[in-house]
Amino acid sequence: MLCDDCGRNEAVIHITQIGPDGRVEKNLCEHCASKYGDFFFQPRTGAKDMSVNDFLKGIFSHGDNAPTVSAPKGQPELVCPNCGMRYSDFLQTGKIGCSVCYSTFREQLEPILRRIHGSSTHSGKVPRRSGGTLVLKQQIAQLARKQQEAVAREAYEQAAAYRDQIRALRGQLACEEQKKPAGQAEGSGRA
Amino acid sequence: MKTIDAFLLEDVPGYFEGDGRDSDVVLASRVRLARNCKEIPFPNRAGENQLAEVQLRVEKRMPGIGQTLGRQFYRLDMEHLSPIQRGVLAAKSFISPKFTQTPQHRVAFISEDERISLLINEEDHLRIQCMAPGFDLATPAALASKIDDLFEAELDVAFDEKMGYLTSCPTNLGTGLRAMVLLHLPGLTATKNLSGIVNLSPQLGLAVRPVWGNGKENAGDLYYISNQLTLGFSEAELLANMKSTVQEILAHEREARKALAMYAKDGLEDDVWRAYGTLRYARSISEQEALRLLSKLRLGVELKLLHETDTHTCHAILTGCQTACLKNLAENENLSKKEIDRCRAKYIRERLGEKN
Repeated sequence: MLCDDCGRNEAVIHITQIGPDGRVEKNLCEHCASKYGDFFFQPRTGAKDMSVNDFLKGIFSHGDNAPTVSAPKGQPELVCPNCGMRYSDFLQTGKIGCSVCYSTFREQLEPILRRIHGSSTHSGKVPRRSGGTLVLKQQIAQLARKQQEAVAREAYEQAAAYRDQIRALRGQLACEEQKKPAGQAEGSGRA
Repeated sequence: MKTIDAFLLEDVPGYFEGDGRDSDVVLASRVRLARNCKEIPFPNRAGENQLAEVQLRVEKRMPGIGQTLGRQFYRLDMEHLSPIQRGVLAAKSFISPKFTQTPQHRVAFISEDERISLLINEEDHLRIQCMAPGFDLATPAALASKIDDLFEAELDVAFDEKMGYLTSCPTNLGTGLRAMVLLHLPGLTATKNLSGIVNLSPQLGLAVRPVWGNGKENAGDLYYISNQLTLGFSEAELLANMKSTVQEILAHEREARKALAMYAKDGLEDDVWRAYGTLRYARSISEQEALRLLSKLRLGVELKLLHETDTHTCHAILTGCQTACLKNLAENENLSKKEIDRCRAKYIRERLGEKN
């Protein structure tokens, strides 16, 4: 049988597609089938039409971190206490199970995050309720950078002003941390 | 507020309406934030009850948010929409096709001006998408952040001090922000300068991909450019990086168009008018062909080579010529490909005829 699309090559893939257009039967050669994307055909070579998750699966399971993935024999595999996801599930789907997984698998995920984003530390927006004292910490870090820059420029008066601001914020931070020890413990997780 | 049927029948999505900046090249801009509820498994792993719980928590905030923003929202429950209606929402880019694969507890809220689309239980529990016409990332980013604040005031959002906002896919982790710009690049395509930009973009943390088709056969010359990195940079940095890169692409595209108009004017003019002729009078036209010709027509309008139509009509045809929209217009789910091609030609004829 010849391919329905190109009519030249031998059809090797037979598909019945049930979609909004009703039932469509197709007999395709490997070349034409690959044009339909990863919907029902995954080319074995090349990364055409590969989804992000397929790609991630690849890097997760073949990367340098692979040895740390499988627990030594006899030891139970790491499982997320909140959603029951195992690390091997993640390797298969490329998707995380829940927010707690990020602290459960923190050690394994960090190198991957650095590989995807080139960094594993957040420096953007912080939610007011679940962000804890991070806003203060980020402000302090930002001021410390400015202070260093000022010192480098020999603008010592400005640097001193930054130093005073940092001191005030550190005091505030210490107060907040004393106030909410329970929230902190929850925030920094079960890694 | 229109009925949902009337809203779906409109062919120009609200985010195309109005005079955007750099709208000769940039059709629209969008900023999306991904947020999740603390501890509830992400939608790909959540059970029916957990999805329902998320839906309930988010929906409960909607009246308050609508009031604060002074906007009304269409509520679109995927479970109660027909496949055509879902297709129309996807064709207008309000939802992703993935959103409707399992429609239970998947709800979209779209603002009346069609510039906000909130998706419950997509890849993440909540996705806040804000759009604007032309090249404008600041307005949608500010709006999305404001909506995020409003939700966050009453929802416990999954957040980690080190890793930022926690998302279902690690590629969105950190800010959860994806900024996307829809560009029309016929000049760079025609002068074969696009591959350089596509090859360079990963180094800048950006991805360029065609809206339709793959690199080789790209009908419509339309491209999405979006940030790939979400962690380690602040929202402002991500947007600034995107802005400067898009401005660079814009400049190159304009130069390419100028060169085309100067050195290949006769051919270009002929192409544009042929495209207009075919679109204006064809009796049957495929989606690919329509998009290809529409690109030429839009270029002709931008370069003022023809005054028979305008950008607004081009926007309309871009959405209206898609299969899902044509089926919705014909109120018939079971059109064959030939029938759809005829409907498409008729729709485009009517749209182009209007201005004469």
